[in-house]
Amino acid sequence: MTTLRAPSLSLDSRGEVLCTHCDQVVPDGLVRDDAPDQFCCHGCETAYGVIHSCGLERYYALVDAAGEKTGPAKSTGRAYAEFDDPAFHTLYVRKSGEGVRSTELFLEGVHCSACVWLVERLPRVVPGVLEARLDVRRAIVRVRWDSSRVALSQVAKGIDALGYASFPARDAGSRSRRQAEDRRRLIHLAVSGACAGNVMLLALALYAGLFDAMDPVHASLFRWTSMAISLVALLWPGAAFFRSAWGALRVRSLHLDVPIALALAAGAVWSIWTTVRGHGEIYFDSLSVLVFALLAGRFVQQRQQRWSADSVELLFSLTPTAARRVEGDTVREVPVEALAAGDLVEIRAGDSCPADGVVIQGRSALDQSLLTGESRPEAVGEGSAVAAGCVNISGTIRVRVEATGEQTRVGRLMRLVEECSQRRAPIVQFADRMSGWFVAGMLGLATITLAYWLWRDSSKAVDHAVALLVVTCPCALGLGTPLAITAALGRAARAGMLIKGGEVIQRLSRPGVVFLDKTGTITGGRMEVVRWFGDESARPLAAALESQSNHPIAKAIASHAVGEHAVRDARQTVGAGIEGLVDGRRVLVGSAAFVRSRVESSEVDLSSALAECIRQGLTPILLSIDDRVVAVAGLGDRVRKDSIAAIRELRSSGWSVKVLSGDHPDIVRAVASEVGISSEDARGGLSPEDKVALVREAGSLGTVVMVGDGVNDAAALAAASVGVAVHGGAEASLAAADVYLNRPGLSGLVDLIDGSRRTMRVIKRNLAVSSLYNLSAGAAAVFGLVGPLLAAVVMPISSLTVTALSFRSRSFGGRP
Amino acid sequence: MSVLFIVVPLAFVLAGVFVGLFIWAARDGQYDDVDTPAIRAIQDDD
Repeated sequence: MTTLRAPSLSLDSRGEVLCTHCDQVVPDGLVRDDAPDQFCCHGCETAYGVIHSCGLERYYALVDAAGEKTGPAKSTGRAYAEFDDPAFHTLYVRKSGEGVRSTELFLEGVHCSACVWLVERLPRVVPGVLEARLDVRRAIVRVRWDSSRVALSQVAKGIDALGYASFPARDAGSRSRRQAEDRRRLIHLAVSGACAGNVMLLALALYAGLFDAMDPVHASLFRWTSMAISLVALLWPGAAFFRSAWGALRVRSLHLDVPIALALAAGAVWSIWTTVRGHGEIYFDSLSVLVFALLAGRFVQQRQQRWSADSVELLFSLTPTAARRVEGDTVREVPVEALAAGDLVEIRAGDSCPADGVVIQGRSALDQSLLTGESRPEAVGEGSAVAAGCVNISGTIRVRVEATGEQTRVGRLMRLVEECSQRRAPIVQFADRMSGWFVAGMLGLATITLAYWLWRDSSKAVDHAVALLVVTCPCALGLGTPLAITAALGRAARAGMLIKGGEVIQRLSRPGVVFLDKTGTITGGRMEVVRWFGDESARPLAAALESQSNHPIAKAIASHAVGEHAVRDARQTVGAGIEGLVDGRRVLVGSAAFVRSRVESSEVDLSSALAECIRQGLTPILLSIDDRVVAVAGLGDRVRKDSIAAIRELRSSGWSVKVLSGDHPDIVRAVASEVGISSEDARGGLSPEDKVALVREAGSLGTVVMVGDGVNDAAALAAASVGVAVHGGAEASLAAADVYLNRPGLSGLVDLIDGSRRTMRVIKRNLAVSSLYNLSAGAAAVFGLVGPLLAAVVMPISSLTVTALSFRSRSFGGRP
Repeated sequence: MSVLFIVVPLAFVLAGVFVGLFIWAARDGQYDDVDTPAIRAIQDDD
């Protein structure tokens, strides 16, 4: 089945032309009137072309079906030459059979089910590829290819052409170690579950047999079988508790596993003794259920922690892998690992800097959003310092390398992210702590019961004491919290909020401070023409000229293009502006300094227009036609519509809201006052390190939530008690954050905080229900009132109640 | 009721076989990625 897209132009509600590939608005300058397909950029055009020529059009139908708002990714057109370097192969490529190689690549831009379909059709796009398997959650594709037919760079180019930039998935060693541990844990869970279920069945038969006077031979068969099964559960999956308790005792500390191990050992020894003796109660059922319940709770929690560890690792995969090294007269593409201080590298337009260094030749503009979060490019020339990870926008430059790898600014930033994630105070595992204390309390109570009954009726003393331990088996208590959290996380994911760990919910349920990044969080993150002073009719001419440039400011102005204009002799001055002939008239567009150095007369009141721009935090761009300044455009990043309401709502639920930004302090203050944040709570001009320091400082006062979208926010996201990455952010920020909001703007944050508060209420209710049950049953047992059958019936009921309460309750996304 | 002496052990052998199968599947890596196969299954190849 193939579904073709409608061949006609697709238009959105405002009549703007949409890109055939990614459904985003096509800038007016790029619209081709006669073509059936329209593209917003070259990357989309490439991806669309490849997808079509390989007969994979069904992808678009799958994207539509998945209802993803993000849209397909675009290709970058990189050469991936470093993927063929022998050094790269020894690091990342494995041999699997005669001439067959395999590797794992981390893909940027994987987000929905349609991606799985498209990426796994890679053998059709690149002949020689044998198999491609995508793990959609980790965004890692495992590729096997025939090295005699195709080179890895060709494979990577093929994936790129489909719209996914690929990076070698670094640190495969620790990933496979973790995978082995995950499998072991799953096996333990399964074995303990199977044992618990079967022993339960036997126990029910035994309890029922009490009333029909079961044949003693059968009773003893059942006892011996349940002993055998329980010993498997205790000695295999349950050994973890004994080992960790023994480890704690050896260093003379008391640990949560100590009371658990003690209860397990005491119950087991007593039950084995009664089984051998042939009469009395056995407690194998509760012992094996206890092992299973505790393991299940831990499994859920550890799986979430595992996910965040995986993503921090992928952060390192994102730094550039290739560099063009200048060797005499030639330029050779080498892996970034091969670079050393003192090397000369060439950075072309569109490349990102592979290392820190100083420009020794050429002029260009750099997008430093990685470090500052601002997309406004900065001009660089000879002698300027550049940092690894910054993207070169306009011209070719040559850079003398000063620092590489971990020594670079970005490398240090990544290390900071890692440090912050590790140093974050580990939340004591709530359920474990509760059951640990609970077990200790019950052991104490059992001792008292034992003493009491020894004094009153010594023949029943041990039976009553152990009955107490059974009836108060804390499985409802142990399961209640993880169950409620799992249910809430699942529901949150469906509502577009991906939460990495249950403790996030606990932290968010109490108000504290929210730090918001400005660009891309409060504002749309894109330059737009916000004000226009002077002649409106000049807009199309400026737009036609600016469509020649790919500078973000130029793109904002170019989106106002109307009709056809002949542009000749367009000449850009990096970091200043552009000039050229439009319809035969001499047009200049650029910064105030650039235009005023060439043109003196003006039709607009320049000083008042410029003052107005500065007051509103806008970047002024002057426009002159035939040597007269005719208009001033104020460009800025517009505040999102929902920001003001969201901030008001956060305040009303008790949070204090502040702004942290790398942008100029005046602009930050202007935006903050627009959304109702006072200027002392709005800090601008901050480096990533400053943000971390401020977040840490606030951390001493209580819960700190950091909301951001860029790599420059990543360390602060990791340092905060809860880091929230918003839609459209850099993948690095997603990795460092605890929560990813799948929709733009701040309304998701409000829902997140609301949902967390509701989830905590469910958890507290669960704890109350199970404690109430345990207390009353325990009290009855102390006085010898609970029979074994009653215990066997009531115990599963308490667990079921908690399960039902967890899954039926409202937490995220409104209705259950 | 002496049939129990055959049926109960038999039941546990059966249970053991299934636990064994699960362990094999887990070691084989069939539970490493539980998200993607679900997607793959509903995308019939053209």
